[in-house]
Amino acid sequence: MRRGRPAAKPRRLLSAKGIALLVNRLAAAIRRRNPDIRNLALVGIKRRGVPLAQRLARRLGPGVPVGAVDITLYRDDLRLVAETPIVRGSELGFDINGRTVVLVDDVVFTGRTVRAALAELLDYGRPCAIQLAVLIDRGHRELPIAPDFTGRVVRTWRSDIVDIFLTETDGRDEVTLQRR
Amino acid sequence: MNFPHRHLLGIEQLGREEIVTVLDLARKFREVLDRPIPVVPALRGKTVVNLFFEPSTRTATSFNLAAGRLSCHCVNFALAASSAKKGESLLDTCRNIEAMRVDGIVVRHPLAGAPHFLARHLKAFVVNAGDGCHEHPTQALLDAFTLRERFGDLPGLKVLIVGDVAHSRVARSSILCLTRLGAQVSVCGPPTLIPAGIEALGCDVFYRLDRILYEVNVVNMLRLQAERMVAGMLPSAREYRQLYGLTRERLAGLDPATVILHPGPVNWGVEMDYDVAELPQALIMNQVKNGVAVRMAVLYLLAGGQEEAA
Amino acid sequence: MSRILFAAGRVVDPNARTARRLDVLVEDGRIAAVGPRLGPVPGAERLDCRNCFVAPGFLDLHCHLREPGREEAETIASGARAALMSGFTQVCAMPNTDPPIDSEALVRFVSRRAEEAGFARVLPVGCCTKGRQGKELAEIGAMRSAGAVAFSDDGTWIEDAGLMRRVLEYAKTFDAVVMTHCELAALATGTANEGMVATRLGLRGSPWPAEAAAAARDVMLAELTGSRLHVCHVSCAATVDVIRWARARGVQVTAETCPHYLVLTDSALETFDSNLRVNPPLRTEADRRALLAAVADGTIDCLATDHAPHPAEAKAVEFDSAPPGIIGFETAFSLFYESLVLKKQVTLPGLVARLCAAPARVLNLPVPEIAEGAEANLVVIDPEAKWFFDRSRVLSLSRNSPFLGRTMHGRVRAVMLGTRLVSPLGA
Repeated sequence: MRRGRPAAKPRRLLSAKGIALLVNRLAAAIRRRNPDIRNLALVGIKRRGVPLAQRLARRLGPGVPVGAVDITLYRDDLRLVAETPIVRGSELGFDINGRTVVLVDDVVFTGRTVRAALAELLDYGRPCAIQLAVLIDRGHRELPIAPDFTGRVVRTWRSDIVDIFLTETDGRDEVTLQRR
Repeated sequence: MNFPHRHLLGIEQLGREEIVTVLDLARKFREVLDRPIPVVPALRGKTVVNLFFEPSTRTATSFNLAAGRLSCHCVNFALAASSAKKGESLLDTCRNIEAMRVDGIVVRHPLAGAPHFLARHLKAFVVNAGDGCHEHPTQALLDAFTLRERFGDLPGLKVLIVGDVAHSRVARSSILCLTRLGAQVSVCGPPTLIPAGIEALGCDVFYRLDRILYEVNVVNMLRLQAERMVAGMLPSAREYRQLYGLTRERLAGLDPATVILHPGPVNWGVEMDYDVAELPQALIMNQVKNGVAVRMAVLYLLAGGQEEAA
Repeated sequence: MSRILFAAGRVVDPNARTARRLDVLVEDGRIAAVGPRLGPVPGAERLDCRNCFVAPGFLDLHCHLREPGREEAETIASGARAALMSGFTQVCAMPNTDPPIDSEALVRFVSRRAEEAGFARVLPVGCCTKGRQGKELAEIGAMRSAGAVAFSDDGTWIEDAGLMRRVLEYAKTFDAVVMTHCELAALATGTANEGMVATRLGLRGSPWPAEAAAAARDVMLAELTGSRLHVCHVSCAATVDVIRWARARGVQVTAETCPHYLVLTDSALETFDSNLRVNPPLRTEADRRALLAAVADGTIDCLATDHAPHPAEAKAVEFDSAPPGIIGFETAFSLFYESLVLKKQVTLPGLVARLCAAPARVLNLPVPEIAEGAEANLVVIDPEAKWFFDRSRVLSLSRNSPFLGRTMHGRVRAVMLGTRLVSPLGA
């Protein structure tokens, strides 16, 4: 907890309408890049990547399977956390071999979560390509990870807190930024 | 996560919530075991030693696999039971191993309290893989997991444990684990093999198998060891089978929904007739498979997380 | 001339079980005067005993000094020193040494070693049977004349009833008491008390009849032969009942119990701490209460330590593998004081009686008294003292005690035997 200035109130970056707009744009971009959607699959990174993946799948059309990965067992910082993290479990109900898989997450920040998801995905099989779709890119990458599809780029300080709220997980759609 | 223990020395120290935490986590690891590449890097860089002072292929292999699936390095030490008189003492053996920078020790020992002794003296975490007649917590947990898979919730489930309860660490751990999860446990065996005061652990006692066998949902048959005959506790294996074995005749009268468990290895023709092996209600192989997942959960809970400051 | 004045302490008479505020003047190792307000005495060192009791020195009927054979655990000198500092001016050393004390020469060896050390007086106990093997009668007569005060095969029970009968008859000739360690080996196959706790912990149990049935046989043989019998380390209620029954029939039986049986029960074994491994084993709460009541009503007339040292590496093993035994001298008084006097089961003079008068009577020795002309043999007891049983300040050569790190109540502040005056460290 930093002393001195009290933390500022969270500022809204995106409303529900804003999020819906971005989701549509992402879906369109994914379709443009991958005309043959029969070979496509979406995999959401738990937790909020999953409902986002489901929303995208609905816009892309029927027959696009959606899976979920929980990256807890692949984190590179397991030694550093005080309490053993809860494992939520992954569900991939389809064969990823030879498919184009689009990994979906709400925010990309340092890139370590995506790296872990890539490692886990590759333990399930050998997709012919993996692409990355994110709603928000807030910068400050620590690894050479770049999304293929970005909803919006937001400039942040490292200490800022960016919160995503989705109806499926939090009861409302909103993105906020809190300066510290 | 709800598991504030540094070691797994027995079910005795675990509350219901903690047992459920382990079992829920084990289910996630079952999923990992079904993947094309059934390995996760969660415990990469950690090392665990299997210190077995009693021979055991299945439990040692199970822990070995569990560690490997978590990318944890596992080394096997099979030793003769330590005696203060001959060779290296238990404490010295472990100090030597710990000096080689080991994160955890899985120990099986013929004397009760050996894992507690080690936990007091070593920095590594300790998992009890069976200490004398005292406890075998991972076996009890995998049995509970197997039953939960079949029945869902356990409260009210009637479980019967049959055999040499006096010398069985599996029985002690199971009685504690199942009663904490709400099941109703009974034990059955000859009076010479039922220890004094076992009811205090929360179970009923029967000396005639036919009185209780047909009333229960689950029957867990314990292994009969040949030494018991030599020690004069039983006249013969044949008599044991007649009175306490799952014979063809008893199987015929058993409800097909009744689940049959056995910690293994089975003395076919003594505890059970070979017909049991074919029955769908015998979940013995499930127990083995679930054992790896449960042990993965235990290792993850004890080895994951912050390294202690040296 | 050395003069020491113990001033204004409450002087205990263990026979009358009273205490009166008196001064005691000791000159050159003898009590020169006892009376109210003797001082000031010129040239006398004055010890202020106002808040203390002054009692005759304690006699421990049962301890193990390990010499000859296991001097790494304790020696006669180190044990006698620890005993003296703890208030025991006389101790009976059990003969289960290596070699066992079964001959005149070895009895003299023990006495001589103790004299050389110059601390507590060691009263040798001789074996009943040759080599403590339980097969043939040992040279009881020769040992008696060499100074053995009693006979025992402590550590084992004499299984052969015919032999035990002969031991009792033979010892009677020399007016010697036979001390019996009651344990039916075929029943006592466990390392803990057979019961709920052992079942839960998966430890093999020894049931209470292993002790009580053996005691029953021995008191009946004592009745048959008219000999004097002393039952060692009583641990369970049933043995108390046996002793009561025998006394009612006129058998000359005495009995002792030890501090750990009055303070601990088998529920302490949860941690598998090998310092709790003792023989006979710790029993149930019901047994503990019965023992306290038996001490209070006199059925168990003596209190002893069963001081049993073992080196650290012997005890740093699994519970079942550890040798049984607890060191006892230094904690004995405090534990007896806490469990008996503070719990109002006996008075302090009553406790002193059980620690010095009753044991002396078992051995047919004169009860030390604090009277003019008597040899100086006394302890100064501070009942209000609170002290910490610190590992680094243990006097014995071994440290196998489950009471380490415990705060104790009541303490022996000073001991005088002959011309020697000692104080426990840090008193």
